[in-house]
Amino acid sequence: MSLRTFLTATSLVLTMAGAATAEQTLVYCSEGSPEGFDPALYTSGTTFDASSHPIFNRLVEFKVGTTEVIPGLAESWEASDDGLEYTFHLRPGVKFHSNDSFTPSRDFNADDVIFSYMRQLDKEDPWYTAEGGSWEYFDYMGMPDLIKEIVKVDDLTVKFVLNRPEAPFIANMAMDFASIMSKEYADAMMSAGTPEMLNQAPIGTGPFSFVAYQKDAVIRYAKNADYWAEGLPKVDNLVFAITTDNSVRYQKLLAGECHVMPYPNPADIAEMQANPDVNVMEQQGLNVGYLAYNTQQPPFDNPAVRKALNMAIDKQAIIDVVFQGTGEIAKNPIPPTMWSYNDAVVDDPYDPEAAKAMLEAQGVTDLSMKIWAMPVQRPYNPNARRMAELMQEDFSKIGVNVEIVSYEWGEYLSRSKAVDRDGAVLLGWTGDNGDPDNFLALLGCDGVGGANRAQWCYQPFQDLLEAGKVTSDVAERTRIYEEMQVIFKEQAPWATIAHSVVFMPMRPEVEGYVMHPLGGHIFTAVSLAE
Amino acid sequence: MIQFFLARLMTFIPTFLGVTIISFSFIRVLPGDPIIVMAGERGMTEERYAELQQQFGFDRPLLVQFWDYFTGVLQGDLGESFVTKKPVFDEFFSLFPATLELSVVAIILATALGIPAGVIAAVNRGKFFDRALMSSALVGYSMPIFWWALLLIIVFSGNLGWTPVSGRIDLLYFFPNVTGFMLIDSLLSGQKGAFASAVEHLILPSIVLATIPLAVIARQTRSAMLEVLSEDYIRTARAKGLAPIRVNGLHALRNAMIPVVTVIGLMVGTLLAGAILTETIFSWPGIGKWMVDSIFRRDYPVVQGGLLLVAVMVMVVNLIVDVLYGFINPKIRKR
Repeated sequence: MSLRTFLTATSLVLTMAGAATAEQTLVYCSEGSPEGFDPALYTSGTTFDASSHPIFNRLVEFKVGTTEVIPGLAESWEASDDGLEYTFHLRPGVKFHSNDSFTPSRDFNADDVIFSYMRQLDKEDPWYTAEGGSWEYFDYMGMPDLIKEIVKVDDLTVKFVLNRPEAPFIANMAMDFASIMSKEYADAMMSAGTPEMLNQAPIGTGPFSFVAYQKDAVIRYAKNADYWAEGLPKVDNLVFAITTDNSVRYQKLLAGECHVMPYPNPADIAEMQANPDVNVMEQQGLNVGYLAYNTQQPPFDNPAVRKALNMAIDKQAIIDVVFQGTGEIAKNPIPPTMWSYNDAVVDDPYDPEAAKAMLEAQGVTDLSMKIWAMPVQRPYNPNARRMAELMQEDFSKIGVNVEIVSYEWGEYLSRSKAVDRDGAVLLGWTGDNGDPDNFLALLGCDGVGGANRAQWCYQPFQDLLEAGKVTSDVAERTRIYEEMQVIFKEQAPWATIAHSVVFMPMRPEVEGYVMHPLGGHIFTAVSLAE
Repeated sequence: MIQFFLARLMTFIPTFLGVTIISFSFIRVLPGDPIIVMAGERGMTEERYAELQQQFGFDRPLLVQFWDYFTGVLQGDLGESFVTKKPVFDEFFSLFPATLELSVVAIILATALGIPAGVIAAVNRGKFFDRALMSSALVGYSMPIFWWALLLIIVFSGNLGWTPVSGRIDLLYFFPNVTGFMLIDSLLSGQKGAFASAVEHLILPSIVLATIPLAVIARQTRSAMLEVLSEDYIRTARAKGLAPIRVNGLHALRNAMIPVVTVIGLMVGTLLAGAILTETIFSWPGIGKWMVDSIFRRDYPVVQGGLLLVAVMVMVVNLIVDVLYGFINPKIRKR
């Protein structure tokens, strides 16, 4: 039965039952199964799409379609002058969902906020280990070292005290791990000896309540009729039909079995754009794919050598062949949709002759190097092996002999961290919180031997990175980050390759969908035309 | 017969032990640390890494880990998935009915078409039907499943609109999961049209999954039949003036069935391990995809527990096949 027949049948049933209007059901053909429904336990976008976006809210939220932080469960907030205290004023009258085993007896309050953070922060808290997982994102964002204490001022006021000023703190509070859970539900589940229910039968305050999950097949949500944002959500039911193959997702979209699908096959995009039954939205992804030299190993410790190699890479060919048009050339380490992106920076031109001359001028001849190709697909690099082969060909034109190496993903991540690593590594980054610091910190001195695959520690860059973290003035931070991009280009620790372009095909009746730069698929404001 | 059954059952014990050891070792032999894979590009501090190693028990000697696993297995506890935090046993049995349902339908389809096709081909050896059938079987056997499935979807779901693209039932129907078998649950739900929808959703995946077994069974039946048809007792039966259908269908086919049952048994074993490609393309929530995803994530408990359970299922199927031999050929059970 097609979706149209389904909707007609549903409306018929409802009409017969005396309902005034037909229920609207939005079907999203999602690309994979969520790992669970407690967003703080996981780091994947697929899980966040199914958990934090429909089911939960945070104190502050990203405005959909932007990286701007707006009020969520906190109506307002203020920071102390020294940047060490943030006070949040909570929204009154917010209701939690209910399910078969739980009906909330009170509205959302400060206890829920404290519970949601302390379970990730306090190792003595019984919830720290109760769900059998770990708090990867909370840890990765440095929250354990950052938060000194969380104080309940009154039922609707919470104060976060920090160990040091941190400008990206507010953006971190809008991230998925910061989703607010019900303390009352958690207590009830702990008493019942089933703490895992927090992850399996989630209760939140979000626009949709969780109804059922049939593993690897379907997730069902129902409209939260008590949702605090007026007029939202717009559809009555939300269904995720898990469809892992992108060609099959497209067939389902065409057959009317779903309304919206993510991650189309690049080869199908031109056909989709020409099809009147499909609308294709597109947006630049908040990511960057790069080649990180090991700047501690000669001759790559010489910025001129790195720049010469950068000039030998034909990035347009990579966009055409590897991205099949679903990418754009990257010149900066942050994507163009990010605030403080410095468009005045001029990219190294593709000029093999000049590159060869530059290498010779530096006394580098008969250079042999390794390029590491990731074994996995990522939006910032859909085919690392092919990308490495193109680079191998480019470098051979300037007399550089390249050997391509690859390892199993875990090995790749671990070996590429080594300071004495041999070769340049293909990798990339997808933004977490829309803050430039989130990208640029990858090149900080603290990351050497870790996330900083270029092993690059350059004091002028590091000083600016630290200054940007403690300054809350956005204009000043913008100036700092623009300058950092200039330094980055001069020093060339990476060859920046590409930012992906994300496509989102949907049926023409879908209204109000907005693509989100942070990559989430959010259906709160989506409706279906009659 | 009981003695025969018990003797076969006894072989279970060493096989089970072997499978337990292999399933535990297999995933650990592969390079890749589950904690590092889990952290991805973001990585983690050494302190955090050590904490997680302790949490997952990787800081203990391998033999101790194995002993814990083995004693757990004996008590029916296969551990919890690192990723979903759910018991492996529960996850397996929530997905296995989907795999079993699809496999059973596919094997019925393959057997119901494959055996008659093989018999007819053998009886008409060298004629047009035989040649056409054997050529088709070769094509079916060599068909890339992924391509074949997509082709069927595009033609029957996309162009003709006869079958749904993927899934197990139309999203319109929503009822409790009683047995996990959609055909049964849809009937139990009492919702009008649910059973028909479940059947519709089974058509393309079962055709795709049956393609290779069908080809193999048809070829095996043909060659076994040809061998039997040249036996003296068949000539005698014909000389006695028995009807061809009685000669071929009763005397010849029954004796040709041993190798065919063996092949069907092997096929069922393979199908029960989950048809990864078919399940992926048709968004069929079975164990094949679940296992593969878990291997990529290095989800040790799922891989080792899943492998063990699949192996036990295959062992059970083999036992059934052995018992069937006994029925078909009394000489075997008397050995």
